[in-house]
Amino acid sequence: MSQALLADITIFVLSLLVGFEVISKVPSMLHTPLMSAANSIHGIVLAGAMLIAVTANNAFAYTLAFIGAAFAAANVMGGYVVTGRMLKMFRKKPELPDATAAAADGQVGAKVSGSVKS
Amino acid sequence: MSWFDTIIYLIYIAAAVCFVLGLHLMNSPVTARRGNQLSASGMIAAIVVTLAALIHFGTVSVTGWIVVIVGTAVGSLAGLYSARTVKMTAMPQLVSMFNAVGGGAACIVAINDFVKVATGPGHPNPAGTVAVATALDVLIGAVTFTGSLIAAGKLQGVVSGAPITFPGARVVNIVLAVLMIGSAIWMMTGTAGIVILIVLLLSALGFGITMVLPIGGADMPVVISLLNAFTGTAVAMAGFVINNPVLITAGALVGASGSILTKLMADAMNRSIPNIIIGGFGTGDAAAGAAVGAGAGVRTVDADDAAIQLAYAQKVIVVPGYGLAAAQAQNEVQNLAQLLESKGVEVVYAIHPVAGRMPGHMNVLLAEANVPYSQLKEMEEINPEFPRADVALVIGANDVTNPAARRPGNLISGMPILDVDKAKAIIVVKRSMGHGYAGMDNELYYDEKTTMYFADGKTALEEMAAAVKTLVG
Repeated sequence: MSQALLADITIFVLSLLVGFEVISKVPSMLHTPLMSAANSIHGIVLAGAMLIAVTANNAFAYTLAFIGAAFAAANVMGGYVVTGRMLKMFRKKPELPDATAAAADGQVGAKVSGSVKS
Repeated sequence: MSWFDTIIYLIYIAAAVCFVLGLHLMNSPVTARRGNQLSASGMIAAIVVTLAALIHFGTVSVTGWIVVIVGTAVGSLAGLYSARTVKMTAMPQLVSMFNAVGGGAACIVAINDFVKVATGPGHPNPAGTVAVATALDVLIGAVTFTGSLIAAGKLQGVVSGAPITFPGARVVNIVLAVLMIGSAIWMMTGTAGIVILIVLLLSALGFGITMVLPIGGADMPVVISLLNAFTGTAVAMAGFVINNPVLITAGALVGASGSILTKLMADAMNRSIPNIIIGGFGTGDAAAGAAVGAGAGVRTVDADDAAIQLAYAQKVIVVPGYGLAAAQAQNEVQNLAQLLESKGVEVVYAIHPVAGRMPGHMNVLLAEANVPYSQLKEMEEINPEFPRADVALVIGANDVTNPAARRPGNLISGMPILDVDKAKAIIVVKRSMGHGYAGMDNELYYDEKTTMYFADGKTALEEMAAAVKTLVG
């Protein structure tokens, strides 16, 4: 076994432990945003998909690089944006007039929740 | 290691630190947004550094650049569009779709590496530990890809939510599993060629479909959480394949977090994970538990009486369940709650860990309806407060309120429940006496303190709010 591989395995095992430790403290109230946040983190595979391009020299590898980059980019971009959107909604105090609340919600939130309230 | 490689490596480590701290900040709603931003900054740093590495290598052809840039742009736009337009009730489907593409991308990284080596100079067979990681990556990635697509389809209603089985389904499943595991082991020995890769890929894609199809729609949230853990693991394996530390760290983090969430959720539903994957629970027949109180009648209440009970209460605990989300009545419940608060009633929400369609989903739905999170109480926190509540208003929640869970010997024995029956009075809003997921009678409905309000959640809440306005002024 090479030194590099042993280092990789060490990283893997310690990261698993850190993952268990960090997640166990999150209250169930935030489990949906948490799952969504974890979901965006595995979008890091975008880095892997981009690196395919380094050695790509035929149509097959280019196709793989394209699909991989597109898939992973959708994962990263969508994951972070939707997590942010969810977390923005968690408020400590109710905002008094509904109009301000809807406006602060950003364009999308306003569209969804504003339709019923306005 | 050149200075360039060293810097790249250090920045990758910094990105991994951002991911860990980002997840850590998720433990409070106050810091959660900062956590997400920190995690996103780490991601941007990792991607920028990867681009710098691509430029540094200098071997990327013009076509390569076009492919990577256009691919990333197309994917980003698709992700951005779906993230901005998705309804909060459809969140589980979206998470599932992101699992599918993430798992798919991880699978592609391994396929590319394998094909590159196998068709390279001298046609060597990819061997050694890289072969192990490659086999696992292709297997897990492909199962996640098709499994997540089916799960999303079921939640969206594109694929029937009912468990789908066909004659010989089990045999097909076993054959696919044997092919998949066999070819993966062959690949790990380092003697496999392209043909084995194709067999592994196809059987794993097939297995993903046949694994999820027979699982009922109600179990999908657990499946999605499990597939999230799978995707993380696949990404970590991709990290081993291309020897990239940030992929390994991030993948392992997600693998661990997904596993914990899956376990928490399965526990809250009183199910074991193997039991869910194998399926065959909750067919709708009330077998056990039906004996108690099945013959007794229930009492009903009309909007006016319910309104008076609520408006003259000191403390009201609202217990929202999936029925509330299904009726899209989050805004109506918040309107009623605000109305009651203006009459001096204390209103809080009791949230069971699995209320909604994924863990914590109900909190998001209520947050969207502008309910402040300080009013959302978790099960352990709210249960001691039920005896002090004048009215518990149950909307579309069933099994999680059934006191039968405290007794041994029935389907839901031992399941953690909300102590709704300890409140001084209980109003249950429900469309019919239909059974919950466990398919058994809810003893709460036959309690002498309980009155039933048979209506759709949205209509019921609107009627109650109107009645409060007319009667109490």
